[in-house]
Amino acid sequence: MQTKRTIFKNRGLPYLLLFPQLAVTLVFFIWPAAQAVRQSFLREDAFGLKTSFVGLANYRQLFNTPEYLNSLHVTLVFSVSTAALALVTSLLLALSLDRMIRSARIYTALLVWPYAVAPAIAGVLWWFIFNPTIGVLPYVLAALGYDWNHALDKSDAMVLVVVAAAWKQISYNFLFFVAGLQSIPASMREAAAIDGAGPVKRFFTITLPLLSPTTFFLLVVNVVYTMFDTFAVIDATTEGGPAQATMILVYKVYRDGFIGLNLGSSAAQSVVLMGIVIALTIVQFRFVERRVTY
Amino acid sequence: MVENHRWLDVLAHLTLILGVLIVAFPVYIAFVASTHEPSAFVSGLIPLLPGDNLVPSYTDVLKGGTSAQMSVPISTMLGNSLIMALSIAVGKIVISILSAFAIVYFRFPFRQAAFWVIFLTLMLPVEVRIVPTFKVVSELGMLNSYVGLTVPLIASATATFLFRQVFLTIPEELMEAARIDGAGPLKFFWDVLLPMSRTNVAALFVILFIYGWNQYIWPILVTTDSGYYTIVAGIKRMADVVDSEPLWNFIMATSVLALLPPVVVVIAMQRLFVKGLVETEK
Repeated sequence: MQTKRTIFKNRGLPYLLLFPQLAVTLVFFIWPAAQAVRQSFLREDAFGLKTSFVGLANYRQLFNTPEYLNSLHVTLVFSVSTAALALVTSLLLALSLDRMIRSARIYTALLVWPYAVAPAIAGVLWWFIFNPTIGVLPYVLAALGYDWNHALDKSDAMVLVVVAAAWKQISYNFLFFVAGLQSIPASMREAAAIDGAGPVKRFFTITLPLLSPTTFFLLVVNVVYTMFDTFAVIDATTEGGPAQATMILVYKVYRDGFIGLNLGSSAAQSVVLMGIVIALTIVQFRFVERRVTY
Repeated sequence: MVENHRWLDVLAHLTLILGVLIVAFPVYIAFVASTHEPSAFVSGLIPLLPGDNLVPSYTDVLKGGTSAQMSVPISTMLGNSLIMALSIAVGKIVISILSAFAIVYFRFPFRQAAFWVIFLTLMLPVEVRIVPTFKVVSELGMLNSYVGLTVPLIASATATFLFRQVFLTIPEELMEAARIDGAGPLKFFWDVLLPMSRTNVAALFVILFIYGWNQYIWPILVTTDSGYYTIVAGIKRMADVVDSEPLWNFIMATSVLALLPPVVVVIAMQRLFVKGLVETEK
């Protein structure tokens, strides 16, 4: 691990400096995580009187219940749709901004602020817009002959949470795409233009490949966002319904743990999720170490 | 630009304007709804132009007590949110900058181990380990308190990494000069490191303030006493009404009040915000 040539010689001081961070980490991060792992191997009886060691039974049961498999599927659909919608929209906006010179600052200011809006508030706002009785969009859709009701229709509910989650993520992706576009040397595009490549051809043969490190990085960040930070979006809009159509994994951990009180299963789900986060973090870090080559 | 395509410029402007409108649309609708009287929502379609009930809506929600759903004044919730956001931002920066200082400028047994323990927090978002964390906090008697609201969220691997990165780029000569002049570690930290990382602290503060303000599930679980409700978590309790129609103008006024402070911070400090965002991801 990289460090300084010259250092201070104190013995006790570094421990003192580290103490607050380590104390908080141990008490509120490591210890609960260890509890989740321990709990995932235990099962309580219906009255909470007796707890017994059951080995991997909670995990085996997890992957045999249709609700959990459904939740895996829902999470996949939700993550892919949200990431795709947020990435494509923000790339279009970033490409447009790349052509601007004087107005770039104003457009950027008008596009980045949703980053600051809480996912829960984003959920409430779109929930209001899509409200089946008084919302604006169901009114427009009804005029087009579509009967919108996310409280009853599974795909309507999925569209609602995808739109709300993607809306909040556009500004983040936009900023990183703009930075990525600015780092592409203008000489490359000029050379291609002299060789007779039009704007569309230049986009697919030069801009898009050179943008791939940014795109990959954003893909990982977006997947992490949709898997964990969208908890509030779900809770503020559909609460996982109708009929578990929007029950993403992280929301199910909470429902099963706090409302269903199925601690063993909830703990096993926590451990599975931790595994997913660790895998994603490693992917992200390896990528930061050495960028995608092209 | 490489060549002059008039139609491409027009297309780019149109795309951006459309983007700005889509992004602003939900907040506009919320604002419009907050300026109407409750009766405006009975007709079946929400109004699309502002009404004349702006001042009464906002003073009612800020004072609270107008009905069962609005029993807690929003001004109290705003205060709690401010306390929570500031404590989390300041707390994270303080404990991270101290631990980064220890890791970079000292050599001691278990340094590597400490580094990895901190790194692990990066991998364990609160939503993932929510049930056991809640149990720990309740066993420590920290429910319904500002300590319970903030301290469990205060550990930060990202901030520690950021400060470590900043410290590593600070020239060795400064440290050598400080030691020759007889400065101890704390004096060096206070008089050299801290002033040199001022802009990083400011940029990080913007990001962490937003993070703290926007917390949702943790405040919902930890606070049952309405005196500790935060505004982002409070909205859900307001919208969840049984039997009666939600008071849309009040809910939307509260939403606008809840999103305004962090949005103002981002717009007012755009350069610091972008710097913070890019740095925390590297």
